[in-house]
Amino acid sequence: MTTPVLEVKDLRVHFLLDEGVVRAVDGVSFDVHPGQVVGIVGESGCGKSVTVKAILQIVEPPGRIVGGRILFRKDGASAADLAELDPKGAAMRAIRGAEIALIPQEPMAAFSPVHTVGDQIIEALRLHQRQWRPEGSRLSRGEARQLTVELFRSVGISMPAERVDAYSWQLSGGLRQRAMIAMALSCKPRLLIADEPTTAIDVTTQAQILTLLRDQQRRDGTAIVFITHDLGVIAQMAHHVVVMYLGRVMEQGAVADIFDAPKHPYTRALLKSIPTVRVAPRTLLPTIAGSIPHPLGRPRGCPFHPRCPDAIPGICAERVPALRPVGPGQRASCFLYHRDEADEP
Amino acid sequence: MSAPALLDVRHLRKTFSIRRGFSRKVVGQVRAVDDVSFTIAEGETLGLVGESGCGKTTTARCILRAMTPTSGEILFRAADGRVVDLAPLSRAELRPLRPQIQMVFQDPFGSLNPRMTIFDNVGEPLLVNGLRDRRARLDRVASLLELTGLRPELMHRFPHAFSGGQRQRIGIARALATEPRLVVADEPVSALDVSVQAQVLNLLLELRTRLHQTFLFVAHDLAVVKHVSDRVAVMYVGQLVELATTEAIFGRPRHPYTAALLRAVPVPDPHAPGGDVALAGEVANPAAPPSGCYFHPRCPFTTETCRREPPALREVAAGHLVRCHRAEELTLQGVG
Repeated sequence: MTTPVLEVKDLRVHFLLDEGVVRAVDGVSFDVHPGQVVGIVGESGCGKSVTVKAILQIVEPPGRIVGGRILFRKDGASAADLAELDPKGAAMRAIRGAEIALIPQEPMAAFSPVHTVGDQIIEALRLHQRQWRPEGSRLSRGEARQLTVELFRSVGISMPAERVDAYSWQLSGGLRQRAMIAMALSCKPRLLIADEPTTAIDVTTQAQILTLLRDQQRRDGTAIVFITHDLGVIAQMAHHVVVMYLGRVMEQGAVADIFDAPKHPYTRALLKSIPTVRVAPRTLLPTIAGSIPHPLGRPRGCPFHPRCPDAIPGICAERVPALRPVGPGQRASCFLYHRDEADEP
Repeated sequence: MSAPALLDVRHLRKTFSIRRGFSRKVVGQVRAVDDVSFTIAEGETLGLVGESGCGKTTTARCILRAMTPTSGEILFRAADGRVVDLAPLSRAELRPLRPQIQMVFQDPFGSLNPRMTIFDNVGEPLLVNGLRDRRARLDRVASLLELTGLRPELMHRFPHAFSGGQRQRIGIARALATEPRLVVADEPVSALDVSVQAQVLNLLLELRTRLHQTFLFVAHDLAVVKHVSDRVAVMYVGQLVELATTEAIFGRPRHPYTAALLRAVPVPDPHAPGGDVALAGEVANPAAPPSGCYFHPRCPFTTETCRREPPALREVAAGHLVRCHRAEELTLQGVG
């Protein structure tokens, strides 16, 4: 087993509101190995986006990392705990964008509309390259521009030399997301975070973007944390899957195990209830009873127990199950498998 | 077609002008809906699919007469048996027909009035259409909520107390309040979480069987469309490219675009062969569509004819309409 690029250990991110405390991420742990695609899947409010924001230290106030560690290994040897770094400090800024890059969900909102896309990538390149180069030698604008054109070509943007001078609103959704990917890859990050990168894109373009990401990942061996609510996308992209619900990891394991032999009742129910193009038309779908609770009205005990068909009376409503092994490389937090393994609240 | 058509859309067109500059001079035309024709039989659910910008929502809005079509006919069989063309009617003329065509919106958070209780939200169409008696309205709203799987005793609460899935049920209850002959649902589940989507899809299926309700179901998600539709119409750059039964569209697509759409949907199975790009390029610009067949620049089966001549929509098998020169010779892969 390789040394993980990223180890998230018992991460807790809470939002301190006037109405109460929202425990958006409440004890999340997972590892990301070099060259691995880890898919985080979950519905709205499960804390998947807040988790990756915490990794990048860009959680908006009143959100705060209140516990846990985020160990990031720059070059395989030394590990830095990102949770301890000052979000605005030089150390974090040197990592953000250079070592860990983000592909956001809405490329329209992520690019500045008053600067050309090329200028924004050139700025990132010049800013981060300076830190790697010996003192004094700064990447010139011309060199950075040349690099940007090359990047655009490698992500499949046609007429790259012209598109560098385009504004984001002049590009189509697919091209904009390709430019975003070019920007994220520009500093050759060790870890790429893709937060629902294809949700705002049409299905035929989505297939192109997913293929592009997969090819880039195979070529450079970049580790990717891939966030989505779409189980189809997860199945096609991820090696390892983390299933989240209400701020906690319900189950994690290799992609084949999660889809072929899901252990947690939530994973099972989720997989059964999604509409797919493969089932017979006009058949009723198995459903999950109820709906996702309000973040301030979190149930006691296991967060899934009010909707769980297998909830054990007197246990699941009382204590929070811990994430424990249920098979080789597969872990679930469920009392069905570990009756006595509870987490302290 | 055995059952009489409830809705018969003929050669529907909607063009928008592109205006530029200080004088708002017209510099171009976007043909958002370009000669679209289809029928919906009573009790049938027709799925209308396509990618963004294909004109599916504009088509739906023209039928609802939230927009006035540029040309074409929208023949609607009203409750009294008359067949009316909705396209040229004025606001006043449309007024008595409005209760018969209702809509379910995409966003369950934006489509309910947050200052009105559920009773007022769902009861509003009844009040507007002359049901003044509060008692009667209370009864009717209660039965509507029950029909859509909500507890009637919650009707005096405000929308914020409900989850996305529950709000969408409320939206459906409101759409059904006036006993419409046709319900147009525009992306009714795309804003919902996966675990809740199934509940709402099941509800729509139940309404179809129990009330014999007719739906025009607009969506971009093929899996969702497959779950509720009797027939499916596929649109590309303002045109209908294929129309057939759900079984035929998914099992034996005849248009290369339909087949590509089906292949592009990621299947939730890690063992499924993935990783092939179904389609190169991007959706054509409706303001400047390509010559010939609009799909030819992306189509893997393009010939000289496709570049030159626009194909007509024609029937290649019973009830199976395709807009492709090569529909007969191609054998395209479905998903079963």
